[in-house]
Amino acid sequence: MTNTTPLLSVRDLHVSFKTNDGIVKAVDGVSFDVANGQTMGIVGESGSGKSVMVSAIMRLNFGTDVIVSGQILLNGIDLLALPESEMRQVRGRDIAMIFQDPLSALNPFYTVGYQVAEAYLVHHPKTSKAQVEAIVLNALDKVGIPDARKRMKSYPHEFSGGMRQRIVIAMALINQPKLLIADEPTTALDVTVQAQILELIDSLREENNSAVMLITHDLGVVAETIQQVMVMYAGRTAEYATVQDLFDTPSHPYTQGLLRAVRSFDQSTRGSLVSISGTPPSLINLPEACAFRPRCSQEMGPQSACATQRPELRTIGASQSACHLSADEVSRVQREAFSK
Amino acid sequence: MTPILEVRDVKKYFPSGSSRVLQRPTGQVKAVDGVSLSLQKGKTLGVVGESGCGKSTLARVLTRLIEPSSGSIFLEGEDVTRISGSELRRMRRDIQIIFQDPYSSLNPRHSVGEIIATPLRIQKTVAKSEEVGRVKELMHLVGLNPEHFNRYPHEFSGGQRQRVGIARSLALNPKVIVADEPVSALDVSIQSQILNLMQDLQTKLQVAFVFIAHDLSVVRHIADDVAVMYLGKIVELGPANIVYGHPTHPYTKALMSAVPVANPVSGRKIGRIVLTGDVPSPIDPPSGCRFRTRCWKAQDICASNEPELLDRGDGRVSACHFPELEA
Repeated sequence: MTNTTPLLSVRDLHVSFKTNDGIVKAVDGVSFDVANGQTMGIVGESGSGKSVMVSAIMRLNFGTDVIVSGQILLNGIDLLALPESEMRQVRGRDIAMIFQDPLSALNPFYTVGYQVAEAYLVHHPKTSKAQVEAIVLNALDKVGIPDARKRMKSYPHEFSGGMRQRIVIAMALINQPKLLIADEPTTALDVTVQAQILELIDSLREENNSAVMLITHDLGVVAETIQQVMVMYAGRTAEYATVQDLFDTPSHPYTQGLLRAVRSFDQSTRGSLVSISGTPPSLINLPEACAFRPRCSQEMGPQSACATQRPELRTIGASQSACHLSADEVSRVQREAFSK
Repeated sequence: MTPILEVRDVKKYFPSGSSRVLQRPTGQVKAVDGVSLSLQKGKTLGVVGESGCGKSTLARVLTRLIEPSSGSIFLEGEDVTRISGSELRRMRRDIQIIFQDPYSSLNPRHSVGEIIATPLRIQKTVAKSEEVGRVKELMHLVGLNPEHFNRYPHEFSGGQRQRVGIARSLALNPKVIVADEPVSALDVSIQSQILNLMQDLQTKLQVAFVFIAHDLSVVRHIADDVAVMYLGKIVELGPANIVYGHPTHPYTKALMSAVPVANPVSGRKIGRIVLTGDVPSPIDPPSGCRFRTRCWKAQDICASNEPELLDRGDGRVSACHFPELEA
């Protein structure tokens, strides 16, 4: 991490929901930094708290049954302490978001040109009509909508999934935000289109020197587009590392399991696939100790720290990992399973 | 050997649009447009392609959930394209389906025991008194706790629900199971569990799978043969290791290179072919070769002549005027 103030700094963030069955701790004490121009990835299975966390950064899920604590500092200003009127200025201008499903992110009753223009006008209300049109046209051109002048008068249903996602990206980038949050931007798209969209996001990031937070469950996408990765499990950080270190020397047993599962796909043999036994835990009444323990292959027994203490993030090898295993033990597993 | 399942030149056109005045459809969506396949006992045929290429329509035609517009389907050499009534019901014992979404394909008001027993009741293959026993046996087979037969789908996780779907499809000892994206709704760590289960069951029960997926690595792992579809047609078909090892159709090649590799060193964009544009509309597919609008090798002949599926000499066929043959 750098010495200068990071663009975004999240400190001990907790997000919980009150439900009839108890309190769901969706995000349970997460901290990280994102620097200008950096691409950070957040990986985890469904229900690991990825989306809740990024919605909290945008303050999108603050109903009456939600409890949020911690700090979200954007250039040193705590977003959680801002009044709603000021938060509105931040959304779209400083931080923009791309959602998973481009169809439900667009309003079916308005033309795409109108919707992209609206995103601009919210923050620049005194712009003339001709100017806005030029800006929208330029934005649609940049994301590769062919024949943008004509297409801006079309409605969302007249576009394919990939084209819709491009429109959503145009909308997100029109105010040149410092931080772009992309929540599973390619999950709903085909692989050939996924490749196009990822390249587009990356080239636009370079152009604007904005930071990107990419949420995904696909480790392949992570390997290709990201510098820093955070692996989440049950609302907590399991591991935090550079992409190279994460793939070469994964420290947390969960990360190791995920990588083994993915790599056994890439081998052409028809042997048995490696899987992580069991299923992710319920987030209601999570144990204070390690949340991964029931599925962990290296769990040290019911009397050990695994069952009694919550593992804190600490440096193991090249990564930060939340695991009680000793560094020697971790490097032994790495040598056995991940040496090249 | 007679293939367990064979389809010849199957087509499925859906009417689309309608003229207000004439009250009849103005166009046709050619969802499946002349597909021929065959599948041997106990083997797996993978079908891959992007969304909208007709994979799921093919799955539904194979199982006779929808009627093909033309062509024929043979089950163990017997033509089952036009059968109906009790004959069709008997055929359903032999060919079953697993659906993509384990949430919407199980009735939330029925216990999993009832869900798995339904095929047994409809087909009356098992006496009422033995029903519970058979259900428990099936649950055990797919790795569910048989004591949970009274529970409801919402009490199970996604992976467990998909196991219920698999148990239901196995209830009648079918010879062929069509699995339409059976793991795409599941997390990676759970996907492997389900794929391992399907492979074990295949070894044990000698059931043949038609495995439909958009995920190429999943298909590579489970399939003996693989068919690549584009806009309702097969563009390449052959043994999985040959097709994956050296794709001859440009589309197959592009599709494979687009898959992100979970390795930051070797993965980064080496020889990546990024296709431009989207899949054209199946209402009005391009003339000649359907892939030509996105193909970097397209020439005049591609627009005028439709390429035939030609044997490439290694047990695989592909439809391209300029195939990537080995030098």
